[in-house]
Amino acid sequence: MTVIAPSPSHIDLVKLEPIFETYKNVARGSLIPVLQAAQDAYGYLPTLALETIAERMNAPISQIYGVVTFYAQFRLVPRGKHVIRACQGTACHVRNSSTILETLKSTLGVTAGGTTADLQFTLETVACIGACSLAPVMMVDNDAHGRLRPDRVPEILDQYRS
Amino acid sequence: MLNVEDLPRLTSPQDLEALKSRVLPRIAIRKDPKAPPHNDVTHHVMICCDTGCASSGSKAIVESFHKELTARNMEKTVDVVVIGCHGFCEMGPLLVVYPDDVYYTRLRPDDVAEIVDETIINRRPVPKLLYHDRETLRPIVRYNEIEFYAKQNRILLANCGHINPEDIEEYVAYDGYKALAKALSQKDDPMALLEEVKKSGLRGRGGGGFPTGRKWELCREAPGDEKYIICNADEGDPGAFMDRSLMEGDPHRLLEGMIIGGLVIGAKEGYIYVRAEYPIAVKRLKNAIAQAEALGLLGDNVLGTDFSFKIHLKEGAGAFVCGEETALIHSIEGKRGMPTARPPFPAVSGLWGKPTNNNNVETWANVPGIILRGGDWFASYGTDKSKGTKVFALTGKIRNTGLAEVSMGMTMREIVYDIGGGVQNNKRFKAVQIGGPSGGCLPESMIDRPVDYDSLIEAGAMMGSGGLVVVDEDTCMVALAQFFLSFTRDESCGKCTPCREGTTRMLNILTNITKGKGKAGDIELLEELARNVKLAALCGLGQTSPNPILSTLNYFREEYKAHIYEKRCPAHHCVDLISYWIDPDRCIGCGACRKKCPVQAIDGTSKKPHTIDVAKCIKCGACLGACRKSRAVFKK
Repeated sequence: MTVIAPSPSHIDLVKLEPIFETYKNVARGSLIPVLQAAQDAYGYLPTLALETIAERMNAPISQIYGVVTFYAQFRLVPRGKHVIRACQGTACHVRNSSTILETLKSTLGVTAGGTTADLQFTLETVACIGACSLAPVMMVDNDAHGRLRPDRVPEILDQYRS
Repeated sequence: MLNVEDLPRLTSPQDLEALKSRVLPRIAIRKDPKAPPHNDVTHHVMICCDTGCASSGSKAIVESFHKELTARNMEKTVDVVVIGCHGFCEMGPLLVVYPDDVYYTRLRPDDVAEIVDETIINRRPVPKLLYHDRETLRPIVRYNEIEFYAKQNRILLANCGHINPEDIEEYVAYDGYKALAKALSQKDDPMALLEEVKKSGLRGRGGGGFPTGRKWELCREAPGDEKYIICNADEGDPGAFMDRSLMEGDPHRLLEGMIIGGLVIGAKEGYIYVRAEYPIAVKRLKNAIAQAEALGLLGDNVLGTDFSFKIHLKEGAGAFVCGEETALIHSIEGKRGMPTARPPFPAVSGLWGKPTNNNNVETWANVPGIILRGGDWFASYGTDKSKGTKVFALTGKIRNTGLAEVSMGMTMREIVYDIGGGVQNNKRFKAVQIGGPSGGCLPESMIDRPVDYDSLIEAGAMMGSGGLVVVDEDTCMVALAQFFLSFTRDESCGKCTPCREGTTRMLNILTNITKGKGKAGDIELLEELARNVKLAALCGLGQTSPNPILSTLNYFREEYKAHIYEKRCPAHHCVDLISYWIDPDRCIGCGACRKKCPVQAIDGTSKKPHTIDVAKCIKCGACLGACRKSRAVFKK
């Protein structure tokens, strides 16, 4: 079950203003784009931001929460500095993506969805990134790493450590 | 890069023709090697920067070209053009040099200097960088001579890899928007246009295979002035990427199809619902919409007529069920993307409660060709009941991964062996999985059947969006079914009980079987559950979710039995039923496996047989790959 993280008091609500401005004349259907833009601004969706969105869009917070928890894209807790998305698509599956995910889990010491204690990496899975020709694949931030082997995983992660 | 403000507004079909005539000299060297240079540009280097090639490093190739050309003071005479997908993703990064039409594959940045010196300056191919035929090992210069392309019929993907997808003028030069001009000239008789679509026999390419013309007609005839059309670009099937490639490689073809659809159906607004996981496609579509609006091909008074049409882009937020049309509509409306019972069908009450027509990317993109060249032309491809061509994504254990467009009715054997080059690493072919999580598999005995909508259904599979995943002797069919069920279980929206609980129960049984905890009666229980879920689930996601189980049970029942009764995985895949072991008589103690082991489970001193600590081993198989000298590591 997803739990709303306690909201730090330093959430800067001014960041939401340009987003409301962009969508103020869109009569309907703008909730999801607003949430997407808000997540881009904060890296996740803080409770305080959701409450502000609810108030400004004149929608109950329950409805907003319902939408946020329905879609895989939305996150209620902050993520690590780098996001790893291990592809679990069919093409990757038959080329043994499960061993890549296992190696990632054991190397990072987290389960899928988890963030390392030093906030360096968040490990996620993704259904398919459409780079099936390079299976098995993982994305680290916006870089796709293809034709993976378990033994190459640690060295790829090392490139991102700081 | 084309500047939107510089684009002239076109107000008549003549304006469009005039634009085409102006652009043609610029791209002439791609069509005719003897064409004169335009503005001193003697060469075009077309580099694929789609998701596949970009992941293999094509951006570095582009930079390297700029660097090498600048060093030789040639940046004004050679155009480096970023293109969309050629389909042969396995061999990426790839590029074509015009006018000599030389095709290079699997490039590295340090190959570029040689291409500039040899192919551009001396006009000679660099043999070692060409594609080499698998059988004869002969280098091949032109890409249409490669076996991967030879059997294809690229009518829908005709522009992909040949035009700059970020330049509307290049699309116009290749007869782009000509079908729209033709449709507008008949706009007072939309029934004639509809008739053409019906005559083509085009069926929905998203999986269902419903006749497109009939679907349009239902929405057209529905009462109401306000109507909408939708393009489903939420390509969620794992293993399918044809829609992504089309949007990235030829986005205007999709827009043109939608504008014509709007004209025929009587809609003034259209929505493209695209996956947010496809950032390049989103960028190219945004750019294409802006350019089409600037040219007056989209927006108010299209081509100077009284027909107006707007296209909105909506980014999906990650939910597979949104491929189901009622769920997709709710998602566009900003709600949770949950399906609703039909009727009412979207054709009567869809987006915002108005009549709505929804087709997928490939379906819409087929429309311009049908209008321009006629329904009969389209119907001349394909079989009796499945007309035209279909784009398949070839993935899995296949040699030539990539996109292939073939006439409907080609046999699966031809697709897998002649185009796909057969199974990787000389392994034995086991099956091809088609149709994603809703589809099924075809074993060796079924692959000589023609591939069309009806024959696949007969064989217990389905077209789906056209993802073909080839699996070999190392793939466990129970684990494959389990993989699909874990996907549908995760993606089930939870609204209806048969899908929510049914997929969970079926997955539990499959997981137990793969862990060696299967018991007598499991197969029968699976079959009973599968039948019930199929009958009772609310939407397509649930109704088709048992298909991977039923089809693997149908063709590979023995594998299920081996797991359940003998606690054995015949493919040596299921980790709970196998272990890794080093044969002490063979091991020479080289330490290669010990160094590769990511969890330090291998122990041993130099030149002495090594051992694997089974408690630590995560069964990743790295040791098996590392042990080359003595081949002492085994799965058992």
